[in-house]
Amino acid sequence: MTGQVQPAAAEAAGGDRRIGPVVMEMKNITLRFGGVTAIRDISFDIREGEIRAIIGPNGAGKSSMLNVISGFYRPQEGEVWFRGQRRPRLKPYQVARQGIARTFQNIALFEGMSVLDNIMTGRLTLMRSTILDQALWWGRAEREEVAHREKVEKIIDFLEIQHVRKTPVGRLPYGLKKRVELARALAAEPRILLLDEPMAGMNVEEKEDMCRFVLDVNDEFGTTIVLIEHDMGVVMDLSDRVVVMDYGRKIADGPPAEVRRDQAVIDAYLGVPHDG
Amino acid sequence: MLYREAGDFKTTYAADGQTFPIAFDRWRYYGVLAVAFGVVPFLINDYWANAVFVPFLIYAIAAIGLNILTGYCGQVSLGTGGFMAVGAYACYKLMTAFPEVSILVHIVLAGGITAGVGLLFGIPSLRIKGFYLAVATLAAQFFLVWLFNKVPWFYNYSASGQISAPERTFLGVAVTGAATPAWAKYLVCLVFVVALAWVARNLTRGALGRQWMAIRDMDIAAEIIGVNPLRAKLAAFAISSFYVGIAGALLFAVYLGAVEVGEAFGINKAFLVLFMIIIGGLGSIFGSFAGAAFLVLLPVLLKNVLVGGLGWSTSLAAHIELMIVGALIVLFLIVEPHGLAQLWRLAKEKLRLWPFPH
Repeated sequence: MTGQVQPAAAEAAGGDRRIGPVVMEMKNITLRFGGVTAIRDISFDIREGEIRAIIGPNGAGKSSMLNVISGFYRPQEGEVWFRGQRRPRLKPYQVARQGIARTFQNIALFEGMSVLDNIMTGRLTLMRSTILDQALWWGRAEREEVAHREKVEKIIDFLEIQHVRKTPVGRLPYGLKKRVELARALAAEPRILLLDEPMAGMNVEEKEDMCRFVLDVNDEFGTTIVLIEHDMGVVMDLSDRVVVMDYGRKIADGPPAEVRRDQAVIDAYLGVPHDG
Repeated sequence: MLYREAGDFKTTYAADGQTFPIAFDRWRYYGVLAVAFGVVPFLINDYWANAVFVPFLIYAIAAIGLNILTGYCGQVSLGTGGFMAVGAYACYKLMTAFPEVSILVHIVLAGGITAGVGLLFGIPSLRIKGFYLAVATLAAQFFLVWLFNKVPWFYNYSASGQISAPERTFLGVAVTGAATPAWAKYLVCLVFVVALAWVARNLTRGALGRQWMAIRDMDIAAEIIGVNPLRAKLAAFAISSFYVGIAGALLFAVYLGAVEVGEAFGINKAFLVLFMIIIGGLGSIFGSFAGAAFLVLLPVLLKNVLVGGLGWSTSLAAHIELMIVGALIVLFLIVEPHGLAQLWRLAKEKLRLWPFPH
């Protein structure tokens, strides 16, 4: 879980210590559902170690974009390049194994399991013991369980959820569930972490906590973060670069301060008068 | 202080993750094992073995098997009877084809063959879910029973269409056949139950168990965090069928001795085992035992009370038994969907704090 940023590359990226070379690139992505075009010819890149926000009005295609990145949707046109290679058609679990983890807009935790077990599922991609090892609970299975438990406990400490460790997830309040979901995604030690509206439905205090966690994750683990969020204050404060979408098109791309002044963005959010 | 965590400090994650984290629980478990192996075999007679212990142990294996598939992995199966029949017929064919090999080996192999058949019928689960999968497994149930009735090779062309277990011995003691002593039947089943329950516990607490539960609780999220649904579901079908197959082999070879497939392994058996895990508790090893004990003991108890005690007719008692079981299933589904195991868990939570309410 040490930082994956190479110092030399970071220098090249213009001063910011964290940010490295391009790790993922979306090239001319088009996604259709029958007659509806959810994403229309969108290209952008994601740099190592940055916080990249995707914003836009409802129905702009932000979540679809995230689903394309996580391999849940397959775009009809366009390519996804990951770490310098074109990504072939993969199943979602294969994408997860490449080091892309995500959280969901509507919490998708495993309600019947404890917090600890939920977070442990995040490490399934890293477990190597065979069914026979596990059946006999011999040597490798138990060693592995303990080693992964140690890592998971670190994440539990980091996100301050020690007190609910063994509580079934179904009993937790909403804000804590969001945090557990982040913990599960972090447990996979992802290279890229996709957050789909991590602050949705939270009060101010919970939002502040969540912002702190997102920044800390980015800072301490050097994890690249792609974030969808509706709260503009949060987006402007957290993100390094912002992609703005509207009706499936990309209408702006750049640092928050720049995007905020962009006329197309202002029009999309406030609306423009139509002639005639 | 009997039932307390206080003062029992866990200093390693291995100690924290053990099956019985409370010392009292652990000792009680060892106590039960000691009594089961050291005391019961010396006291057991034919009535207790045939009416209570042997069917309880065999159904416990079947219930654990179905619980792995339905309770842990969330795939409903109505094919348990059919898979038990596969275990029984595989065991019978192996016993008659290789009489010199130990019967215990045959029983395990019969489980392995059932696992293969279960794997085959598990393939549709990758495409269909819920009710539709239940119907597909129902098809397996009827197909398998039909197959064993229809193809004489399976029952070695016997005139009656039945299969009957020839006598086989282990260490000089008859284990199958009419001459088997009660304690031998009991011990064979007990050894299988203890070993299989231990393996089931290990599987369900490790990586595979978490994959199963992830698929049960939310299959799409499970796939996105990196669970291969194909492998996890097929593993559940194979391992579950392995258990059910062993239960079928034991039921035929050790308990009944002779079976006719439609009668012993019909759809009723599939429902019986399903009711066991619903009443006992889905997703719990203890619940499998509790459910098996409940549904094996209830008829014995009712028979003793209603027929023996009150002098009612046997058929009346049988009808009342059906009504009670039906009412209980409805009651459990409404009031406590997690079954006896959850009631037990709640009782333990209360006990931990007793005599204080919070």
